[in-house]
This record gives sequence, C-alpha cells and structure tokens, in this order.
Amino acid sequence: MNYYQGLQAEVVQFRGHNNDQGDAYYARPTRAGKFPGVVVIHHIPGWCEWTTEVVRKLAHHGYAAISPHLYFREGSPDESPDDLGARIRAAGGVADAQVMGDVAGAMAYLRAQPNATGKIGVIGFCSGGRHTYLAACTLNGIDAAVDCWGGNVVVDNPKDLNDKRPVAPIDLTEKMSCPLLGIFGNDDANPTADQVNRTEAVLKKLGKNYKFHRYNGAGHAFFNWQRDAYRPDQAMDGWRKVFDFFNRNLAASASSIAAE
Amino acid sequence: MCSYIVEKAALVGSAKGRKGWMRIDTANVYFDHPYYSTLDHVLAIDFTNEGEGGRERVAVELSADSARALVDRILAALASGEAAHVVPPMPVAAE
Repeated sequence: MNYYQGLQAEVVQFRGHNNDQGDAYYARPTRAGKFPGVVVIHHIPGWCEWTTEVVRKLAHHGYAAISPHLYFREGSPDESPDDLGARIRAAGGVADAQVMGDVAGAMAYLRAQPNATGKIGVIGFCSGGRHTYLAACTLNGIDAAVDCWGGNVVVDNPKDLNDKRPVAPIDLTEKMSCPLLGIFGNDDANPTADQVNRTEAVLKKLGKNYKFHRYNGAGHAFFNWQRDAYRPDQAMDGWRKVFDFFNRNLAASASSIAAE
Repeated sequence: MCSYIVEKAALVGSAKGRKGWMRIDTANVYFDHPYYSTLDHVLAIDFTNEGEGGRERVAVELSADSARALVDRILAALASGEAAHVVPPMPVAAE
C-alpha cells in the first residue's frame, strides 16, 4: 500500500432541515474499507474554498467528510456562495434550528454511505464553532466535536439573543453528550480569553469530557492560510490536536496517516 | 468570530456589476471577517437593489484605514464638485 492514499471529492445532494434538498461538499478516501464521518460547519462569510480544503484534508487523513452549504436555500446552485452569504448576512443570518437540521441531515448522509463505520464527528470554525457547540448539546449521535474559536457561546448582552439565535449555547452545556475539543487563540476578540475561561469553567463544573487548547501569538481563524491571521506553528499543532482527538474518539482506520 | 452586524444605507444611484449597469437602492455596510481579502477584518460594502430582490450585488472589501480615507475623499470630492458644478440659488429680489 502506498503511503499516500487517493480521495474523491464532489458536490452531492443532501436532505437538511425540513427535508429541504441542497448542496454539500463531500470527500472520502477511495481505498476499500469503512471510514468514520466528519461534518464540517462553515463560517458566516459562507461555503468558501478553504472549507472545501478542510473537507479534503479530512478525507486525506482517513475520514469521509461532508460540508453542507448552509445558505443553499437563499439562491440557486450556480450562484457564488459569497453572494448568498451577503444576502444571508443582510437578512440577519440563519436560524440555529435550521443549521441544526442541516447538520443532522449531513450526519444522516454520512451514515447512509456504504463506507460508513457509523462514528460521526463534527468540526466547525468561527460561527461554525458555535454551531458545533450547539450540535454537541442538542443533536443525538455525535461521537466527537471540535469547536474552533466559536464566538458567542457565552452571550454577555441579552440583546444578542433573538428569534434566530434564542439561546446562549453555554446554557445548554448540561445536555452535551459527546467529548469536546476546543481550539482558541489568546488574542481573539470573540471569543475573548475570558469567555473561553468561563466556558471551560461551566464544562468543568458539569463534569463534561472536554479539552481546550489555547495558543499564544494567535487570534481568530489562525488555521486559515488565506488570511494574515494564519499562524503556521500554532495551526500545525492545532491540526495535530484535532486529528489526535478524532482518531481517539472516532477510531479511524489504522492506515490513516498522522497529521503533518 | 463573525457577526451579523450590518448598517444599511438607503441610496439613489447605479453600479456596474456582473451583468452590467444596474440601479441600486441600498448599501449593506459591515466590518467583519472577509470572504476574499487576506486581512483579518474588512470594511465591506454590498451595493444592491433590494427593490428588485437584492439578488445582484457589487461588493468591495476595504481595510479600515483605507475605508476611513475613502470617506474623507468622498466628502472632499462632494465639496469641490458641488462648488464647481452646482449653481447656487438666485437671491430673491426685494419687492
């Protein structure tokens, strides 16, 4: 067997909230075998190229990964995801309930594939990190969750709650049903280091299975190589933590290569 | 973390986008993480015509400093342009 394994990536159709059908980006190893699944939740700007690269990275490391296009209802499949993201932003964003329905639908898609082991992880970035925290507290069947710098898990101003985002995720922590990994930059303005500490205090108090990693010299989105925020040393270590966590909790195949 | 904070400005004007010129009636203005720029945060403006559904947009992502400089230059252009082109109202003659 060669050290590097092939993968296949494509846009597929999935059924999300209300059984609505939309696009998702799906990648899987092409070798024979069964693989754990991972749902990748994108950030507010939209279903971007970097998100598709994360999906392929997970497939490269032995996972069947899928990223649902959370804004697919806003337009047609041939429209640019950033244009749909701009419309969603102007309309005040997507409702948490709708996103949870879409994540559940993406999980169902992964489980329905013949290559599925049945184990499912979720990882999200920025607002997707917040959605990951929500999913870990509200959806059944998640075996591991990774919150990458999700802000507004702690809501200090009640005015930030509304019909679309009615509950602060921190208030749902008691219902968290899977191990949680948190990745944060200490220079981030949202979540601040203090908010991360307060989130950890609640997780600890409630006896949840969690591990937080905080990085000095890094702020928001420091995995994102397309931005000045990118911090290669911290990002490489962070990815190693992510794959260690998924490998431990999702039991990836033995041939999955280590994060480099 | 991204936010959903958007300032809306009503406009009268036009912009050239993907399909050519269009009338615009709204600018959605926000300071947040970009879609395209490499900056951590940008001042973004989406010019749209919400009266026609807002499906087309002309978008810009600017650094904070350049956005402030642009505001200054817009005001300067208006001041000098109006001085050169706008005819002041005629004084009303006394009866």
